[in-house]
Amino acid sequence: MPDRAEISAKTLELIEPFNKKGVAVTEATRFAQDLEWDSLTVLDFVANVEDDFDVIITMNMQAEIETVGQLIDALVKLTA
Amino acid sequence: MIDLFSKFDPLIEQRETLLETGLTDPFNLVMEKVESPTVAICNGNRTILLGTYNYMGMTFDPDVVAAGKQALDEFGSGTTGSRVLNGTYAGHKACEQALKDFYAMDHAMVFSTGYQANLGVISTIAGKDDYIILDIDSHASIYDGCALGNAQIVPFRHNDVDALEKRLKRLPPEAGKLVVLEGVYSMLGDVAPLKEMVRVSKENGAMVLVDEAHSMGFIGEHGRGVAEAQGVIDDVDFIIGTFSKSVGTVGGFCVSNHPKFEILRLVCRPYVFTASLPPSVVATAATSIRKLMDSADKRAHLWENSKRLHAGLRQLGFTLGTDEPQSAIIAVIMPDLETGAAMWEALLHEGLYVNLARPPATPAGMTLLRCSLCALHSEDQVGEILGMFAAAGRATNCIS
Repeated sequence: MPDRAEISAKTLELIEPFNKKGVAVTEATRFAQDLEWDSLTVLDFVANVEDDFDVIITMNMQAEIETVGQLIDALVKLTA
Repeated sequence: MIDLFSKFDPLIEQRETLLETGLTDPFNLVMEKVESPTVAICNGNRTILLGTYNYMGMTFDPDVVAAGKQALDEFGSGTTGSRVLNGTYAGHKACEQALKDFYAMDHAMVFSTGYQANLGVISTIAGKDDYIILDIDSHASIYDGCALGNAQIVPFRHNDVDALEKRLKRLPPEAGKLVVLEGVYSMLGDVAPLKEMVRVSKENGAMVLVDEAHSMGFIGEHGRGVAEAQGVIDDVDFIIGTFSKSVGTVGGFCVSNHPKFEILRLVCRPYVFTASLPPSVVATAATSIRKLMDSADKRAHLWENSKRLHAGLRQLGFTLGTDEPQSAIIAVIMPDLETGAAMWEALLHEGLYVNLARPPATPAGMTLLRCSLCALHSEDQVGEILGMFAAAGRATNCIS
């Protein structure tokens, strides 16, 4: 079971290929507003996260996740 | 007062910018007269139709039209009621019988549109603790069916068997699962690898629903769709279809061999809380479905048309949605919306109607000129169509 720091580092690494604007990503960074991801980018990114952590992030869960920190929290729970 | 319409401002602005250039609005075309399944009068000009879903050309079939007229005379213009109250006439049952015979299945349920069939079946059978696993490129009616219900939604990468299997294996084994697939995906005209997808779904304890809207009547030995063509129709739990494509009228349906299927008539809200189809519509649908059973020659001619248009467009230098023709839909990929709209207008001036498709309907933000062929397009018409694409493509610098 990975700890929060490991999950955070991996999440940031997975964000980078989609960080076309070169935003400095923190836990407060919002996917839609700050990274300016459209729904297709989100779907691609989520697929990568799911495969990397071997979890499922349903669209219902995605609707509740706005920031990078919230995603990390969700992954901590899902991998626990 | 907050204007609730301000959220549409970006779209309004994009439209205005596009139309300011003097382009004809691609989403406001009016057909003044329709001469046949393949020809209409638009803006006073004779126009070949290459953007309808009239795959089997049934809309002017004399038997189909006669059946509709007779039903109008005998049963009136509408039912004014729900299927479960006063809205089930002999014609509705006859139409469901035609579907059962067409698919060789035990149960058939007719909805007022194909959109409502997906909306109703998906939202009703998948409950709160169940999972719906669906292709990312699924039709809006499938997503809306998910949104109307309260199941857990798990999308996977388009046509990716491995991505589907991985997700199925990650889900709790004891949870209810519904895998939702389409036979033909309507934007690019590509076919799903149903053989493998149905297999992995079954291996992982999921029920399977396949939307065969764009394949009915055309694909498969009996025109039952991609699941038939790939030999897995017996393992599909639910097939969703529509009357507004090959059948040539309007309406939707679900067919199934599930022993408890009929209970859906009482619990499926988009079936219960809306008026049933008019008698003339179910009469035309039933007649058309029965004629589609014996349409092997038309199916063969439609394949010829699809292959010829695909090869011809490719030879002209257009980029197409699939490497090989897989269905009656050939999607021409445009570099951007402006070029797509210009090309669409140039084709209309040449006398050809195609669909301009743009996000969010299209995958990956693409602008497409979507061509859908009809079994009644003649060889000469396909030649004419290719000539129009050549001229319009050169006029708009899409090809050299």
